[in-house]
Amino acid sequence: MPDEKIFVHVCQGTGCISGGAERVFNKFKDLAGSSVNDSKIVIKKTGCHGFCQQGPLIVVEPHGFFYTKVKEDDVEEILNSFEHDKKPVARLFYHDPVTEQIIPKYNDIPFYKLQDRTILKHCGNIDPEDIQDYISVGGYKALKRAVTEITPDEIIQEIKKSGLRGLGGAGFPTGKKWESCRNAQGNIKYVICNADEGDPGAFQDRSVMEGNPHSVIEGMIIAAYAIGAQKGFIYVRAEYPLAVSRLKIAIEQAREEGFLGENILDNRFNFDIEIFQGAGAFVCGESTALVRSMEGKRGMPKPMPRSRTTEEGLWNNPTLLNNVKTFANIPLIINNGAEWFFSKGTDKCKGTAVFSLTGKVMNCGLIEVPMGITLRKIIYEIGGGIAGSKKLKAVQTGGPSGGCIPPDLLDMRVDFDSLKEAGTIMGSGGMVIMDEDTCMVDVARYFLDFTQRESCGQCIPCRLGTVQMFRILDDITKGKGRKGDIDFLLELSESIMKGSICGLGKTAPNPVLTTIRYFRDEYEAHINDKKCPAKICAMQ
Amino acid sequence: MEEEILKDILSSYRGKRNEIIPILQEVQDNLGYLPEKAMTEIAEFVKVPESHVYSVASFYAQFRLLPLGRKRVAVCRGTACHIRGAPQILKTIEDEIHLKEGETSEDLEYTLETVACIGCCALAPCIRINREVSGEMTPEKAKLLFSKNVKEEKNA
Repeated sequence: MPDEKIFVHVCQGTGCISGGAERVFNKFKDLAGSSVNDSKIVIKKTGCHGFCQQGPLIVVEPHGFFYTKVKEDDVEEILNSFEHDKKPVARLFYHDPVTEQIIPKYNDIPFYKLQDRTILKHCGNIDPEDIQDYISVGGYKALKRAVTEITPDEIIQEIKKSGLRGLGGAGFPTGKKWESCRNAQGNIKYVICNADEGDPGAFQDRSVMEGNPHSVIEGMIIAAYAIGAQKGFIYVRAEYPLAVSRLKIAIEQAREEGFLGENILDNRFNFDIEIFQGAGAFVCGESTALVRSMEGKRGMPKPMPRSRTTEEGLWNNPTLLNNVKTFANIPLIINNGAEWFFSKGTDKCKGTAVFSLTGKVMNCGLIEVPMGITLRKIIYEIGGGIAGSKKLKAVQTGGPSGGCIPPDLLDMRVDFDSLKEAGTIMGSGGMVIMDEDTCMVDVARYFLDFTQRESCGQCIPCRLGTVQMFRILDDITKGKGRKGDIDFLLELSESIMKGSICGLGKTAPNPVLTTIRYFRDEYEAHINDKKCPAKICAMQ
Repeated sequence: MEEEILKDILSSYRGKRNEIIPILQEVQDNLGYLPEKAMTEIAEFVKVPESHVYSVASFYAQFRLLPLGRKRVAVCRGTACHIRGAPQILKTIEDEIHLKEGETSEDLEYTLETVACIGCCALAPCIRINREVSGEMTPEKAKLLFSKNVKEEKNA
C-alpha cells in the first residue's frame, strides 16, 4: 500500500500540552512540508486520547502505532520512519509497567482493550477545530434526521426508550426531563449545557469539549428542537480556557454550515448557542444556582419550595439543563437507535460511564466503560493495578459529594444505584484510587476543607456544620482528637443532610460517613492511640 | 489608562444585569484584578447598587479584589493531586518564594494561590504558572523551577 495516506494524530489535550505537545505538533508541521513524502503524510491535531499519563501521545493510522512521551527531538525520526521499508520508532512504543511488555499498537494496550469508547470514540481521531472532520465521521447526520424525518415527540420517545440517565451525577432519566420541559408552559425556552465540572479529580467533560465539541453542540440542537427552545448556553468553567476556545470555534463553524442560526437545515427552526463562563463556584453545578449565576447574581440555590428548572429556570422560563456527556450521547442514540443504547449496561443503568481514573493506580487517564463493569476490572485490568506494588485501600468516587469504598466491594458492579447503596455516588465521574499510604481521616478532612470553602452559606447547618466537621477532623489529624468525636461527626452529618436545601449540603458528609463506616479503626487509632496508621498525619 | 480600558470594555455591553459576571471577567482579564473604582462604575452601568456588584465579585473564586503578581502560581489541590503530594508541593513553593497561599509579593512578582482542580489529574500533582500547566511535580522539581525563575530574573 505505497500510496496510502498516513495520518499522524498529535494529541492536543490539556494534559499532553502541558508535556509539550504543542511544540511537537508545530515541529511536525514544519518538517512534514520539507519531506519528499509530504503529500501522503497528514498531520492532525486531535483531542484527548485519555492516556494523559503517557503523553504527549501520537497515534499513527492506519497502522495503529501508539507513541508515548514524544518530544520535539523525536519528530524527525518518526517522519523518517514513514519512508519505504523503514521500521517504526520502537523506543517510543508503550512500555507496559505491569507486564514489562513493549506494545506497539493502540488496540493491544490493556488500558484501551476493555474500554467501550462511544462518547469518547472520536476524541482522539478528529480535529476538534475542523467541523468537516466531524461531519466525515457521521457528524450532524443525527441532526438532519431529527429535523427532517422525525417529530419532536418521537425524539423524546426515542430518548426515553434508550434508558439514558443524566450523566451529571444524579442519574435522572433524560427523556422524562425533556418531556416535562416540552410540556412546560411558555413561549421562550432555553437549553443549557452544564459544563461547570467543579469536582476536584474529574476532567471528562473538559476532555469531551476539547476533543469533540461538535458532539455536544449537535446534542444541544437536537434537544432544542425536541423541546422547542430558541436559545442555548454552554456554562463552562473559566478554568478550562482550551475548552472555551474550541467551543467558540465549533459554534462559529456550525453557524457557517447552517446548523445554528435561523431556519436550520431549511426548517422553521431557529436556535443559537452562547458560551457563559462560570467564575468558579462548586455550588453552581446545582441547577438553580447555575441559573442564578447566569442572571448576574451570587450562585446560591433557590430556596424551597420552588418549581423545577424545567418549568421555571433562566429568567423564569422553562429551561432544560443537561451535562456535557448527556448531550454527547444524543446524536449516538438518534443514529444508532434506542435499542442499541438500551443493550449496553445493566438493568437500570444503560450505556457507558466515563471515569477519570487517577490516584495511586498504574495507568491514569480517562476511561469509558459499560455501566455495570466491576471495580476490580477497572482498577486491575484497565488501570494495571496499584502503583509501586502497594496494597489498595480505597476507591473514591463522586468527588466531595461521594465516598470511599473499601477493597471488599471490588466485585461490585458499578452503576448509579450500586454506588449509592455503598454510600457514595457516581457524580461527575472522578475515580481516585488510594493505596495503603493514604490516610482516610486525612482524606475526609481534605473533602470537608473543600466543602466548607465552597458552601454558599445560605443554609446554616451547611455553612456552620461543615466548618465544625472540618475543625474536628483537623484536630483528629493533629493528634488532638477526643473521645466522642466520631459520634459527634455522625450527629453533625445527619443535621447537615437534613437541614440543607441543595445537593452540596445534602452530600457533604458522605466522605466522612463512608470513611467512618469502612475505616473506623483508622479514626480510633488517631483518637485513642494518637497514631496515623498511614503515617501521613503529623501528630503533635 | 484604567478608565479608558474600562470604558472600552463597557461599550461592548448593553448594561443588562445578567452581564455583570462577563463584564467583571473581562475587566479582570485586562486589569489583572477588580479595582474598587471599576466596580462602582460597573454598578452604575448595569443599574444595580454597588453592594450587588461587590456581592457577586466576592462570591466567586475567580475574582480578585487586590492586584496580582506578574507570575500567578496556582497549586492544584484536587483529590488526585492531594493524595499524590500536593501539600508538600505547596509547602516547597511557599518556602521558595516566601509567600503563603493567597499572598502576593510586594514587588508584584508572584501571587501564590491554590485552585480546586486544574483538570490534569492524570499528571498529578500539578501546578500552573500563568497559563502553563506543569504536571508530575515533585518537591525537587518545584524547587528547581522556582530557583531557576529567580536566577533568570537576576540575569535579565
